[in-house]
This record gives sequence, C-alpha cells and structure tokens, in this order.
Amino acid sequence: MSAVLSLQGLTVALPSGADRPEALRQVSLDLHAGEILCVVGESGSGKSMMASAIMRLLPGNVRISGGSILFEGKDLASANEATMRALRGARIAMVFQEPMTALNPLRSIGDQIAEMFRIHTSLSNAEIEARMLALLDEVRIPHPAEAARAFPHELSGGQRQRAMIAMALALDPVVLIADEPTTALDVTTQAQILALIRDLQQRKGTAVLFITHDFGVVAEIADRVAVMQHGLVVEQGPARDVLHQPQHDYTKALIAAVPPLKAPAPRAISSESILVLEGVQKTYRSGGFFGRRRRETHAVRDVTLSLPKGGTLGVVGESGSGKSTLARCITRLVQADGGSIRLDGVDLLQLSKREARQAARRVQMVFQDPYGSLNPRRRAGELVAQGPMIHGMSRDAAMAKARELFSLVGLDPAAIERFPHEFSGGQRQRIGLARALAMEPEVLVADEPVSALDVSVQAQVLKLLAELRVRLGLSIVFITHDLRVAAQVCDLVAVMKDGEVVEHGPIAQVFEAPRHAYTKALLASVPGRGFGA
Amino acid sequence: MPTLLIILAAMFLLLQLAPGDTVDALIAQMGGGGDAKLAEELRRFYGLDLSIPAQLGNYVWRLIRFDLGFSAIYGKPVATVIFERLPATLALMTAALSFAFSVGLVLGVIAAKRVNGWPDTVISTLGLIFYATPSFWFGLMAIVLFSVHLQWLPAGGFEDVAAGLTGFARLRDITAHLVLPTLTLGLIFLAIYLRIMRASMLEVLTLDFVRTARAKGLDETRVMVRHVLRNAMLPMVTLIGLQAGTMLGGSVVVESVFSLPGLGRLAYEAVVQRDLNTLLGIVFISALLVIAVNFLVDLLYARLDPRIGNGGAS
Repeated sequence: MSAVLSLQGLTVALPSGADRPEALRQVSLDLHAGEILCVVGESGSGKSMMASAIMRLLPGNVRISGGSILFEGKDLASANEATMRALRGARIAMVFQEPMTALNPLRSIGDQIAEMFRIHTSLSNAEIEARMLALLDEVRIPHPAEAARAFPHELSGGQRQRAMIAMALALDPVVLIADEPTTALDVTTQAQILALIRDLQQRKGTAVLFITHDFGVVAEIADRVAVMQHGLVVEQGPARDVLHQPQHDYTKALIAAVPPLKAPAPRAISSESILVLEGVQKTYRSGGFFGRRRRETHAVRDVTLSLPKGGTLGVVGESGSGKSTLARCITRLVQADGGSIRLDGVDLLQLSKREARQAARRVQMVFQDPYGSLNPRRRAGELVAQGPMIHGMSRDAAMAKARELFSLVGLDPAAIERFPHEFSGGQRQRIGLARALAMEPEVLVADEPVSALDVSVQAQVLKLLAELRVRLGLSIVFITHDLRVAAQVCDLVAVMKDGEVVEHGPIAQVFEAPRHAYTKALLASVPGRGFGA
Repeated sequence: MPTLLIILAAMFLLLQLAPGDTVDALIAQMGGGGDAKLAEELRRFYGLDLSIPAQLGNYVWRLIRFDLGFSAIYGKPVATVIFERLPATLALMTAALSFAFSVGLVLGVIAAKRVNGWPDTVISTLGLIFYATPSFWFGLMAIVLFSVHLQWLPAGGFEDVAAGLTGFARLRDITAHLVLPTLTLGLIFLAIYLRIMRASMLEVLTLDFVRTARAKGLDETRVMVRHVLRNAMLPMVTLIGLQAGTMLGGSVVVESVFSLPGLGRLAYEAVVQRDLNTLLGIVFISALLVIAVNFLVDLLYARLDPRIGNGGAS
C-alpha cells in the first residue's frame, strides 16, 4: 500500500530564543489510505507543530527549514499559497481540540459548514443546504435542521465537535488531521466521538492523522503509532507492537506512567471519620427581573458522604455533575444552601464569619489550573507564605516555612524568589500544593489537580500526593474526571451525576462491580479499557 | 426614567449653587441698574421667589406634562428654542460618528494587518497625534488652512441663509458647512476607534476559529471579512454608546469654534445667561438622546452577537 501523505526528513525551525532550535527534527512518516496513525507525545513534543506544518499554517516566525511533505505528487513544503488554499479543507481537512473556540461564535453552524462548499465548489445554494444537512445527519447530530440554525454556544461540547467533524469531512478529504479532538470532552462523549471518527474513516477510507497525548485513546483507535519527543519521532510501528512491546526508553516510560484502571490492593483505612457531609445542597438561581426566564440549577443535591481520617475520597463525574461545586462547598468558597458539613464534629456551615475564617486553615484546596491559580505578579515564596502571615505568623517565619515546604514538595528552596511564570506546569502545581500545606490543614480538597499535566508529570505529582498523605496524615477529597487517576489514588469513590451521588463505596468494589447504570457507562467509556491493566 | 430624574435634580441643584440667576442676567442685559423692585417682580413672574425644593417640584411637575417651560432670555418656549437648534447638532454628531467609525475601522484593520510594519507605525502615530491635539486647535487650524488660505470651505455657520437656497442646493451648502466641524469633532474619536479596532483585531486574529477558517482554505481577505471583522467590531459598538455623551460635550467646543447654531452652543449661552429653564431643557433632551443612542446600540449589539439576548450561554 502506498502512502497518501509522506513526510521525509521534515525539519521545522523555531525562532532564535526558543527553548530549542527546531520544533521538528528530521521527521519521516508515512500515512496510508484508510488507516489511523496516532502521533503521541507530551506537550512541547512538536506533534501539533507537525499538523500545522502539513497544513502550512505555521505561526509567522516558524518555518519549514528542510525536508519535504509529499501529497498527491506535490511537495507541500514548497508549494505556493494558492495551491495550499485549494488543498486545505478540500483534500486535507483538520479538526481541532477546543470545539468551542474553533467555531466562529457569531455565525450559525450551518453557515460555517456551508462555507466549505462555497469556497471549494460551485454548487447552488439549495444543493449546499441539502449537502450540509446530510452531513449533520451523518455525524449523528440530533435534529440536523435545528442544529444548522444554531450558534456554537447553543450546542453541547460533543455536538460542536460533531459539527467540526462534519465540516472537515464535507468535501471527502483524502487526509483528515485531528489535533487532540477529544481532549476537551467528557469521557462518555469522547467515546462517542472516537467511535464516530472510526466509523466515518472506515466508510470513506480517509487516512487519519490523529494527534493525542492520551495512550488510552491510542489504544482505542490507532492502527499505527508514532511516538514523539522533543521534535523527534523516537518510535513508530503498528499499534499493538508499540503499546505492548515498546522498544524506546521514552515510550516505555510514557506507557508506564499511564495509570491502570484497576485499583491496587486496598489500604487499611481508619474507621473514624474526619469530614462528614450530610444532605448538602446547592442551587444556583439565575434570571432576574420579574421572574422572567428564571432558571434553577441544582448543582449539588442531597449529598451525604464521609471521609475517613487519613483516607482519600475520590469524587468522579463528568463536567456539570456538580463535583467542583461540592469541593467549593466543603472549602466554603461557595455557601451551601442546606445540610451539614462536619469537620471533627463541628458543623462548618453554622460557623460565624470570623470562626469560619479560623476554620479555613483546617480545610485547604488545590486548584486545577496551575497557570491561572497563581498570582503572576507575586513571587512563589510570597504566595506560599501569604496564608500563614494572614493567620498571624511573622514574615520571616512564614518565609522560612515556605522554604521548608518547597523542599517538601520537591522544589528547590532557593526558587521561592522566582515568579510563577518561571516554573513549568508540574512545578506550579507543586507550588499550589505547598501553598495549601502551609496552613497545616487536616483536610486537603484537590480539584482536578493533575488534569492539566502531562502523563509523566501527572505520575510524579500523584506520587508526591501519596507520600504527603502518609507523612502528614492528610485526609484528601480528590475531585477528578479521570477514572484511571481515581483508581490509583482513592480509597473510596463517589460517582456524581447531575448533582447527585449515584453510587459510592470502596474504589475496588465500585470499579470492579459497578451497580448503577451510569457508573457502568462511565467505566465502559474509558478509552483503551484493557490497556495498562 | 430614574436616571433622567437624578440627572435633572442634580443639575438643578448644581445651578442653584452658581451665583446669580436669570433675573440678574436679564437686568444686566437691560443695562444694569439696581432696581430692587423690578428684580423682585421679575422673580415672582418667573417663579424664582419660591424655595428651592418647591421650584424643583414645579419643574418636575411641568416636565411630566411635557412642558419644558419658557425661556426668559429668548422669550420663547424652551422646546421651540431647542428644536430650532437640534438639527445642527444631530447632523454634526451623526456625521462625526460615521466618519470616526468608518475611517477608524478601516485604519484599524490596515494597522492590524501590517502589525509593526510601516503602515502600522504611520497609522498609530497619526492616531496618537489626533488623540493628543485639542479639538479647538484643530478647528482653528482647519479654518485658517481651508477657509482663509485655500477658500475651499466656509469658515462657520450651518448654512448660507442669505443665498436663500432650496432643495438639493441647500443640502450641498449645509454639507459644505459641516465638513470642517465633522473632521474636527471626529478626529479624536477616530483615534480612539482606530486603536480599539487595531487591538481587537489583533486579539481576534489569535483565536482558534481564525485558524479553523484558514484550515478550511479561505484566503486572507475572506478570513478577515467573514470571520475576524464582525468579532472585532463588538468592542467598537459598545464604545459608540459610551461615547455618545462625550460627543455631545465635544460638540460645545466645536460649535463655538465654527459658530454652528447647535445644542452645545445653546447650552453654553444658557449657562452664561443663567437661563435655568433652557439649560434644564437641554440637559433633559441630551440625556434622552444619549439614552436613545445606548438603547439602539444595545439592540445592534444583540443583533451582532447571538450569544446575547436569547437565554444566555448553555
């Protein structure tokens, strides 16, 4: 079988001053008709740069400095702009990661899909309309006619991604480049989108270049795999071989870092509870004047859970399930409407404002976004020392403590003088952890602490968290959407859907013998279920 | 409505703090003299002898009946005085706004397309000069250059009354009179719009859907026109509403420089002459005008941005 797209020694130069001289170095890859080639790598490996290079949509100061991109007898690396415009969309189409921002918010879905036909064909408006509706139907969007009139914000993330796929496949391209198309989606939606891509690809014989960081997704969908590190393809081959008999050390390390879905043997946990939630409620109301368009969202409904001393309670669920609101209720960043949250027998919801501020130090939170959750204008050490200082510690003592905590979380104590942007994502999450620990909390609430991190970094942070739990006797509420991560760190797990806990219990029991239909669906959607087990 | 009432009451009270009243100004016009009895009588005639709250109450009560009162200085009802002056101001504002918006938009787009290139530098520098120069100076210089030296355009006034033109010829005459004031008033706003447009274009250009549009195979012009422009225009539209008031304020200066018979100059004269009724009438009408413009802008915004107005985001 001959390749439809062939990269030969492709080199892409970065502007001087970047962390490495070349984004891609001597990359050679073949993409065959009717196959899905997964390109895997961590952030900064150059995998997205490769997609941009093929489309010739590189940022202004980045350029192809060597090698060739052969497609239909032409070398795209040196093709002129007019040739490229004729190819883009028509012969090589692309699907992007973030379906919200990848669609123009001011134009209807149908209009944006129809634009494909208007650019590349001379079909009549009626014909375009018919083709567009057929496409929406093909990607299984419910009510295609209504969806065509809808604006992007009126559709769910999964539907938006379906619309993106419909747009990409409009002109039956030879090659489809999918750049992390499911990363921003919930796990059940992700499973549907992956199935859709697979199905369409098989029916139309499209060659798919699938870029991802997730080995689960690779195991689910790939025919062949190419592993990238620092702009180099370190290993490529059939999916089965690469996943189960990796040759290169980096591939081995990456695969080892993927947490298996199966929970390890249960730890002994204390029978004593430190945090008890009973019937916790939170309802958001919107809509103002005269009750017009008033809406109520039951973000958390009657949640009853308990966290054993020294244990880890996982709260899993998809976006909108209320898990983050629950975390905020526990840390009192959001005032719960009803129920009780008892910490060592004291109901946090009944405390006066002053008492609540005192109690705040006992329950601390680690946030998801390591970029947005640290004030960029303050030094890392100050961010960590701020909490103790507010609670009356002298500046010198607090800074000394910050230094101590930095070494505890595996950072150089001298780094307290640096600003947040000088740290990598994983290091920032360590700072976030140090900040929470500075208050010497008894309960740590971690809201998706590793979701924004690469697998290998994720593994390190999880390991650190496990160590700290034992060393400091912490009890942890661990919020995550990633069932693999939950399986590794949690003793107990609660599955949330639409604000309610539908099932909870010891992790091994819930994951191996789920009782609720939703838990079963959730587990069945994890990409590459068997992989890593 | 509450906004209007607060503006009026505040204006009313503020004017009470200024020394002297209509009667003082009237007497000064009549040639002065210290006839206390005449002053007393005039005050009673215009209802100025009542307590301040009572005067305010009277005024609001008349306003509710759409009666803006009687101007002591002009000897005509305030409504008539204002409506005589309104067309000039409206014409000037509309013209200046359209000029600033369209030229600002085009220059902003050009600057953003060639960011950091020479067109960008030239346009940004020009913008800064326009923004930093006081408009009365611009006005005076324009008169010196175009009216005195080149004699292309008339130096002031709204139309050539003596010529007695009608129909199309009159329209052309008015347009010629308005060119310089429009440029003068519009330049500052042009500078603001151009900077906003440039910044918002640059921001929109980095968004993901622009990359999607390019990946679809659109050429640069279509990417700009179909995807970037409308998104980038949203902040500009907001700005129009915010600046409607500023523009009315700016028209005071410009109308004075070009001796245009507009609301701005009327307001200035009313303050000097302590013509309370006229001034309050102007404030009332201007506030109505600004509120109307803002209302229109909000409607326009909702049309432009589907995310607004139909039940919020999902």
